[in-house]
Amino acid sequence: MDTSRSYLEPSSFSKKLAATIIIVYTVITLIPISWMVMTSFKNVNSAISYPPEVLFDPSLEGYVNLFTNRSRQSQEYLDSLPAPETWYEELVRSREMVITGPSKFLGRYSNSMIIGFGSTFASVFLGALAAYAFSRFRVPLKDDLLFFILSTRMFPPIAVAVPIFIMYRKLGLGDTHLGMIILYTVVNLSLAVWLLKGFMDEIPKEYEEAAMIDGYSRLQAFFKVVLPQAMTGIAATAIFCMIFSWNEYAFAVLLTQFNAQTAPPFIPTIIGEGGLDWPAIGAGTTLFLLPVMIFTIILRKHLLRGITFGAVRK
Amino acid sequence: MSVKKKFKGLSDKAVAWLFIGPSVFLLLAINIYPLIYAIRMSFTNFYANKIGREPQFVGLKNYIKVLNKEAIWEKMQVTANFMFWTLLLQAVIGLGLALLLNRKFKGNELLTTLIVLPMMLSPAVVGVFWTYLYNPQVGLFNYVVNFFYDFGSFDMIGSSELAPWSIVIVDTWMWTPFTMLICLAGLRSVPNYLYEAAEVDRASKWQQFIYITLPSVLPFLLLALLFRGIENFKMFDMVVELTSGGPGSATELASINLKREAFEKWKTGYSSAFAVILFVTIFGFGNVYVKVMNKIKER
Repeated sequence: MDTSRSYLEPSSFSKKLAATIIIVYTVITLIPISWMVMTSFKNVNSAISYPPEVLFDPSLEGYVNLFTNRSRQSQEYLDSLPAPETWYEELVRSREMVITGPSKFLGRYSNSMIIGFGSTFASVFLGALAAYAFSRFRVPLKDDLLFFILSTRMFPPIAVAVPIFIMYRKLGLGDTHLGMIILYTVVNLSLAVWLLKGFMDEIPKEYEEAAMIDGYSRLQAFFKVVLPQAMTGIAATAIFCMIFSWNEYAFAVLLTQFNAQTAPPFIPTIIGEGGLDWPAIGAGTTLFLLPVMIFTIILRKHLLRGITFGAVRK
Repeated sequence: MSVKKKFKGLSDKAVAWLFIGPSVFLLLAINIYPLIYAIRMSFTNFYANKIGREPQFVGLKNYIKVLNKEAIWEKMQVTANFMFWTLLLQAVIGLGLALLLNRKFKGNELLTTLIVLPMMLSPAVVGVFWTYLYNPQVGLFNYVVNFFYDFGSFDMIGSSELAPWSIVIVDTWMWTPFTMLICLAGLRSVPNYLYEAAEVDRASKWQQFIYITLPSVLPFLLLALLFRGIENFKMFDMVVELTSGGPGSATELASINLKREAFEKWKTGYSSAFAVILFVTIFGFGNVYVKVMNKIKER
């Protein structure tokens, strides 16, 4: 094998050129994200200075503002209070404000977690089952069913939001975690089925047929032979589903209010005095990006290792 | 298999329905039922905020109203323009990046992971944050652009000429990695022996690209564009938070207009008719696209 690779391998010059272009692109594409993270560590004044400050005194004001509700007080009132006990109270006091309580951010954040993981698991599981069936069996009206599944993704969310709202209210699913998990699972199903079908098609039938000759039932062969083979595809699909649920905005803003609202509709509403509180929005964005980044980095191998079983393709 | 053999367990037919059933049921309950509900409402003068009033059947009146409204055609044009530029840019840049990354240089796994980051972000949150980057007084984007060429003061969101480009830039920044990833998966699925055989036949690198790489990656690229096309036709969250359709209606995409009619003016019947028209449009285009895609795949 190694002898054949020598002339397939790109030349070292073309590799270097490719690497240079990619690095330049990566740097440019990361600037907005880095800027968000940097802004989260600025104080309110340095966030709105021009020219934009690249070097600045780091401050946790954004994070404090993200997690607390505050109210402005007169100097006399502040003087009458006992000395601040914690560093964040001191920080807020220095802006002539007092902390009135925790903000809703933490609750919105954990809602995003529950709904994101729940719906990702469900849509990948159901999607893998359906994809396998479409890939292996003669299903009546297969192409129509597949297109039907895809077409459900085409309807603008706003259009179905009113009927779903009415339906959920009747079923008691309105503004609940379960309701949002079901909804996001369904929205992700079409992508899951289509992506996974592509991956399942690439797994040679011979694998599970061999297992079945060895005495496995079809179900056992699916869970013990096919699913492990499809891990790359499943991981990639899971990332796409997770991203969708984690970031979804239209349904969340229209269907949830108090109980099950996720973070995306909440973050844009973080308003400071005299406009948007950029450090706090930066802080919310940074914390919001973190889990998906970790998720992606953990599953990176599956996503990027390449689809080796493609080599068996006819 | 030529040898017929009875395997243990459920029959294939039972397994097929067991596997497909739950998905189809969920799609019927949460997608198709609301769709039918919306279609029914589109023939009435229903207002979702007026609960006591019985909706009346008005026939095709809502549809005629939508199709005769000039403003609707403007929104469709804004949407088409947005889709054309985002899909074109994402196809070209995404495929280009995938081809470069496929050279397997050192550290390309890490770089791929980093490039993919923008599409991890919530479009709504991205929209909010880009208003900061685009800010004509303090924005980083304006600063960088003026650093390379001094345009003086300009407002990406506030000017009706620049605003359509502001959403194209953000969408391309965000979603090029999607086409890139799918193309990369396609490139990696090309078996090495094809290139080996081509080398034996003394095909040039360029010929290998045209006859092996491109045809193999094309179905993947087309699939990626199909998903991006559908998403951008429905585009709502990012643009709502970035420009909220403005200035005037320079970036008012079809679904933003739909949200205004449905949730601000509460014209449920009228907006349902508009939604059905949008659905039929994309369904039609999608159907043709998938047929063409399958033809290309079969070749």
